[in-house]
Amino acid sequence: MTTETDPKAADAAPEASRALVRTDGQAPNSWGLGDGQAIPWEYAPAPESRDIVKLKPRYGLFIGGREVPSSDGSTFSTIDPSTEEPLAEVARATEADVEKAIRSARRATGKSWGGLPGRERAKYLFRIARILQERSREFAVLESMDSGKPIKESRDVDVPLAAAHFWYYAGWADKLDYAFPGRVARPLGVAAQVIPWNFPLLMLAWKIAPALAAGNTVVLKPASTTPLSALLFAEVCRQADLPAGVVNIITGPGEIGMALVTHPGVDKVAFTGSTAVGKLIAKGIAGQGKALTLELGGKAANIVFDDAPLDQAIEGIVNGIYFNQGEVCCAGSRLLVQESIAEPLIDKLKDRLATIRVGDPLDKNTDVGAINSKAQLEKITELVAAGVAEGAEIYQPACELPERGFFFRPTLFTNVAQSHRIAREEIFGPVLSTLTFRTPEEAIEKANNTPYGLSAGVWTDKGSRILMMAQRLRAGVVWANTFNRFDPASPFGGYKESGYGREGGLHGLLAYVRLEDR
Amino acid sequence: MAARVACTAYWPTSGSRIADVPSVRLGPGPASRIDVRKTYKLYIGGAFPRSESGRTYVVETPGGEPLANACRASRKDVRDAVRAARAAFQPWAARSAMNRGQILYRVAELMEGRRDQFVTEVAAGEGLSTGRARTVVEAAIDRWVWYAGWADKLGQVLGNSNPVAGSYFNFTIPEPTGVVGIVAPERSSLLGLVSRLAPALAGGNVSVVIASETRPLAAVTLTEVLATSDVPSGVVNLLTGLKDELVPVLAAHVDVDAVDTWGIDPAAQAEVERAAADSVKRLARRPRGVVDERFDWADDRAAQRPEWIAAFLEMKTVWHPIGA
Repeated sequence: MTTETDPKAADAAPEASRALVRTDGQAPNSWGLGDGQAIPWEYAPAPESRDIVKLKPRYGLFIGGREVPSSDGSTFSTIDPSTEEPLAEVARATEADVEKAIRSARRATGKSWGGLPGRERAKYLFRIARILQERSREFAVLESMDSGKPIKESRDVDVPLAAAHFWYYAGWADKLDYAFPGRVARPLGVAAQVIPWNFPLLMLAWKIAPALAAGNTVVLKPASTTPLSALLFAEVCRQADLPAGVVNIITGPGEIGMALVTHPGVDKVAFTGSTAVGKLIAKGIAGQGKALTLELGGKAANIVFDDAPLDQAIEGIVNGIYFNQGEVCCAGSRLLVQESIAEPLIDKLKDRLATIRVGDPLDKNTDVGAINSKAQLEKITELVAAGVAEGAEIYQPACELPERGFFFRPTLFTNVAQSHRIAREEIFGPVLSTLTFRTPEEAIEKANNTPYGLSAGVWTDKGSRILMMAQRLRAGVVWANTFNRFDPASPFGGYKESGYGREGGLHGLLAYVRLEDR
Repeated sequence: MAARVACTAYWPTSGSRIADVPSVRLGPGPASRIDVRKTYKLYIGGAFPRSESGRTYVVETPGGEPLANACRASRKDVRDAVRAARAAFQPWAARSAMNRGQILYRVAELMEGRRDQFVTEVAAGEGLSTGRARTVVEAAIDRWVWYAGWADKLGQVLGNSNPVAGSYFNFTIPEPTGVVGIVAPERSSLLGLVSRLAPALAGGNVSVVIASETRPLAAVTLTEVLATSDVPSGVVNLLTGLKDELVPVLAAHVDVDAVDTWGIDPAAQAEVERAAADSVKRLARRPRGVVDERFDWADDRAAQRPEWIAAFLEMKTVWHPIGA
């Protein structure tokens, strides 16, 4: 098997690297384990139809229940990262628009939402959940077009989970009195929410559902590369007859997000994104007395013990780091393997990598879609180059990449040292760094040796070991014999520089209320 | 507000002598006997060092009478205290919840035995009548008892199991955040401090406390109680000195996981929060509209709250597989 050391060179590699013909002289039917070659059959294209999505040429901001252009009429375009073709023009909000959106949200904190009985708020949220279910395929296709994620994932993970989140929090809206013993839960007021591009609709749901259930109103800014599903959600709000101003959506660059969160008319700030920007936001609102929750970066350890169910672990490792192109804050980007099984596990992993299908996000067979943006692709490329330069051993399957669009091969590094950048920095791409350990103690020490603390994975057959590891790992979510699993009832959030506050479950509700004495 | 900084090694700096302030005479005795006075020191890693800087400042009564020299801790003292706290964190967090509760209860037991000393110091330091000081000290003792009882109930009240889809037992449990920097309330030298310190300890955290700048004496005596009450060395470290000097260092220290800013000057709030943001520190702030000077620490409903424990807890969610 050829080992590509330079992803750029890999892109330019001749057809031979992906030809479905063995080049090692063995019989064509002897495709065994351990050679890391491409599997000997092709998948016919199975594209999901784009017909269900009716793209408008131009999208406005959603303020006060209406679609409005930005105050200075300016726009920016959002592209399909798998083709680099523009999808639509989107309004670029100005500070005047931020002002307007916050004022609209403030008005709605009064009679139309904050003053509404919980059971009525609940029904609106149930309506939203239902409409998301009804229009789920449309959302899935749009999400894949705008973000580059495989339709398989947007269809089976993002959209159903988003609907489930609204469903879960809908039921809390009229049960707040039972949520926090001895305390009355009051809404905070206007929530400013800034979300990332990796799970645009799902992050919107994580932000808006608990905020609305608790009686807050929101101004949400989606990421500038993935605004479309949020703008389609605006239509859902209208279909649900949600009172005007309860949800406001403004689109634009990062500076507009900063203008939004630092605005004095905001009571609560919720941000999901990079640790660097999270720190800027915390500094930006320092001294303003606003409630703040941060969901930031990660460098999760996925720890595989020698008694782990190996095939299951392989699937878990793959799902841990190649799910959503690795553009996941809780991705299992550091694989910690017990030394005794490192060799067979890496062999199996390489074989599995060879079967991963990279390509058109709208193809139902695609496992790894497009990287979200050119900038992100460049960052991944840079860090992978650093991994090679620092002496780690790189492996990439010889899969074919589309000629256009932002794509990156699933990448596996072995012989990684803890000091390597690829072991320390969040790559946010399909890049796995493998380290080994001998004892559980060493695994814990290596896993915790990071400023991050969002998630961790443990693979073992032993229940007592799972719980011991879970106790010792400094991470907000610990998955045992699974990875990247989410549920609206399950709180999610980080330790250390991965942020603070929780989203999901009862603890997610806490982030949107002020507790008062009964 | 800020205490006068000693500029001379000679005592006293004003006309009155410490022995002339009757309230600081520790315990009764024949008038002819010369008091054995205490040197007020820092508390770091279970030891009572002076500031490595060798500096002190004069602590006065609210009426301006000098009471004692307190150590004026330095940034190096802050770093030493953080290191001692970090070393103490794992073993303290790993103790059983009930054991932690018993240790905190023991603090209340020993305070009870030193009640008169605390009353004397609180009365002198806060300018209270003996009767009022007694009420405050008793409230502080009772507050330890209240928080001690929380240690083994947090997991049940703040944690839960979560009904997720799939074959997983999913549960959420609270864990301590780590090293908590506590800027103690400025006015309430003992009860205010206990009300902010006890919740952090009940949750399993360790702490570096910056005592009230103008009223640090009762806090120092509290460390003498802590040193003899089974609270392991390093779990509480206490510095006296100038907040302007110490708080920025504490807030910017990357090995501090959380900061309680209750006792800082409101004018410094933004700067402290900016420094804390660099390592994504958790912040506990005075609630909006609450003024330190007017806050009633003796009001149980307002001043002892499980939320104050939760402020220094991390919620960990575990997905445990279910299967044959």
